Amino acid sequence: MKEFNIIICGVGGQGILLASEILALTAMESGFDVKKSEVHGMSQRGGSVISHIRIGEKVYSPLIEKGRCDFLISFEKAETLRWVHYLKKDNPVIIVNDFKIIPPFVSLGLDQYPQNIEENLKNITKNVYFVPAIEIAQKIGESRSANILMLGLLSRFLPFEEKTWEKVIKENVPAYTLDVNLKTFKEGRTLLD
Amino acid sequence: MKILLSGNEAVARGAWEAGVKVASAYPGTPSTEILENLAKYPEIDAEWSPNEKVAFEVALGSAIAGARSMVSMKHVGLNVAADPFFSSAYTGVKGGFVIVSCDDPGMHSSQNEQDNRRYAKFAKVPLIEPSNAQEVHDFIKFAFEISEKFEIPVLFRMTTRISHTKGVVEVGERKEVPVKDYTKNPQQFIILPAHARVRHKVLEEKLINLREFSNKTELNRIEKGKNSLGIVTSGISYNYAREVFPGAWILKLGMSFPFPEDLFKEFYKNVKEVIVVEENEPFLEEEIKIMGYKAEGKKYIPLCDELTPEIVRKSFNNEELPHPEPIKSVKRPPQLCPGCPHTGVFYSLAKLKATVTGDIGCYTLGALPPHNAMDTCICMGASIGNAFGFEKARGKDFSRRLVAVIGDSTFLHSGITGLIDIVYNKGNTTVIILDNRTTAMTGHQDHPGTGITAKGERTREVDLAQLAKAVGVEEVYEVDPYNLKETLKTIKKAMEGENPSVVISKGPCALLKESREKFKTKEKKRVNDEKCLGEKCKACIRLGCPAISMIEGKAYISPLLCVGCDVCTQVCPVEAIE
Ligand SMILES: Cc1ncc(C[n+]2csc(CCOP(=O)(O)OP(=O)(O)O)c2C)c(N)n1
Repeated sequence: MKEFNIIICGVGGQGILLASEILALTAMESGFDVKKSEVHGMSQRGGSVISHIRIGEKVYSPLIEKGRCDFLISFEKAETLRWVHYLKKDNPVIIVNDFKIIPPFVSLGLDQYPQNIEENLKNITKNVYFVPAIEIAQKIGESRSANILMLGLLSRFLPFEEKTWEKVIKENVPAYTLDVNLKTFKEGRTLLD
Repeated sequence: MKILLSGNEAVARGAWEAGVKVASAYPGTPSTEILENLAKYPEIDAEWSPNEKVAFEVALGSAIAGARSMVSMKHVGLNVAADPFFSSAYTGVKGGFVIVSCDDPGMHSSQNEQDNRRYAKFAKVPLIEPSNAQEVHDFIKFAFEISEKFEIPVLFRMTTRISHTKGVVEVGERKEVPVKDYTKNPQQFIILPAHARVRHKVLEEKLINLREFSNKTELNRIEKGKNSLGIVTSGISYNYAREVFPGAWILKLGMSFPFPEDLFKEFYKNVKEVIVVEENEPFLEEEIKIMGYKAEGKKYIPLCDELTPEIVRKSFNNEELPHPEPIKSVKRPPQLCPGCPHTGVFYSLAKLKATVTGDIGCYTLGALPPHNAMDTCICMGASIGNAFGFEKARGKDFSRRLVAVIGDSTFLHSGITGLIDIVYNKGNTTVIILDNRTTAMTGHQDHPGTGITAKGERTREVDLAQLAKAVGVEEVYEVDPYNLKETLKTIKKAMEGENPSVVISKGPCALLKESREKFKTKEKKRVNDEKCLGEKCKACIRLGCPAISMIEGKAYISPLLCVGCDVCTQVCPVEAIE
């Protein structure tokens, strides 16, 4: 069985925990062992959030070792940079929500928002995808489903069946948002076609 | 049935299956979800206690009375509950009694990274350390059995990575365990010195038997290796060891105190070198060295901070996997939320240039820029005693610009005794209670001031103003923290007064349902670029509201984040916020 090490990151309140939950459940339903690790608490208050998801035949460490991450899924541009050193050397995949959240430290003049993000990421791997996830999700019906769009994109790289994804999404989003979420997921899944 | 559970959910599920009848806790990351999940089971009487000491005493009482009982808390909570904890080892229990301590290596949301395994040895009770969610689920049941077999409390030690990692867990069904008969036994349960002397000897005998048990229990095992390296490990560290040293022999300890000496000796015969992989303190390493055997651990592995697979690899092999160079990102510390009621208070305290002894909760963020409005933060409840200490050291004049700031949950946890001290010992210190009607920091748990129980039932609520008056505070004010002028004026008056005073800031947490409903009716704010004074002003930025940032030299309010609380309009000198 192949192993998949995935980091989902962003800023508190962006739906990272739901996205990682759906991913982990889909892996479990597909017969894999899975561990997903994230830290609650302080991170919820607008701080940076990271979730490690490890999928394989038998997973021990809940944390991805630096140099082992296959996929870095980032919901905010600058947050991507924070975790790039977790990526493996050969051909990792980076998917970035093309969206900035300016922290107050920047407005207060205490720090600077990083420049040249695109260039820096392209130097790491050719597989970098910048996606205007919020705009696309908004067009389909709900900007808050951007997390599901990103998940759809990621799903193209993983060996789980579409119907398993859909079943798990159905069980984990509020019923009244189901249609929009399924549509958004499909859009993500076919975005690179 | 296999389901995906976090370590904390697995504690609750395992305890339910084990027939637990009574559960108590005080919230604290990373332990909080344990009681939240226990409260969902109708068979379990689950309560949020006002603090860990009370929680401990309630569960211990139930266990003495014959029921399987559990208390859970974060690591520092056990400091608060340490007094009954030590006594409980002497008295012992009838019904199974498990104490779950969730430690926080790396201090993701704590003030220290004390290693509570040392508490097991200190108080002389058995210690269980699971390494993943499945083990949590299974070991909890063992813990109750051990507790009943030896009539002793069991310390069940988790860490943040165990509590907050989800994994696949095979679960079972509940087995009811009848409450045992209760017979009065003063020699056992009243620890008068004469009784305690006897009980201490009983405890030492139990420990001898427990050590024997520890050698044989299936919680401890030897995993055969292919080379001559031997690794001793427990808890989360086991997982890192398994991945970093694929060929090594492993002594995997699920019950790590009393240390299984005979099992270790058997393990030792198979290996040439022993290394100990453990997070924080050299707990296992010391046990081995006391036995007179050679082992190394902390010589290589750092004592501070959480372990990771790469730290373990680097410590012993001095190598790392190839990976891209780190790239600098931007600082993004946690902040008070848009519409947070604490914002107005800290804005006022910064303006008043007050000396602020702080406390633990969301409001500790008032210590960060832009407010920088806090001088001390020690532990829950410390703000009030600290303020009084400042007054004693620096005099009454100084105390005209001095306040203690404490949350409602923290005040009820351990602030009230400090307030009594100020009244009793004739102080004049001011205490601000931030009454946001919840324990926000840990994810919104109810407490005795909210009028709702852990089970979601209505109950009597503590009236904070009445309580302050009842202990003798004559000056008690209530303010609306969304009204900056009033808040500032009231705090100033209270600080300058000659008597002890309490200011209660009354504003429900912005994330609570009642606030969200209120904000729904408000209009989001917008900055008029023509009026905004830009970089040279930044008055609104100094509120520290996450919805407000500077974009291209002008203030900008994100419509996605703004809740319309109206506080920023009160600080803009040119009425540019509409
Ligand atoms: C002894 C101890 N128990 C628990 C905690 C975890 N904890 C940190 S702050 C806090 C309470 C916060 O509630 P409150 O005082 O009402 O402030 P809020 O976060 O709501 O602003 C808790 C339970 C702790 N730090 N120490």
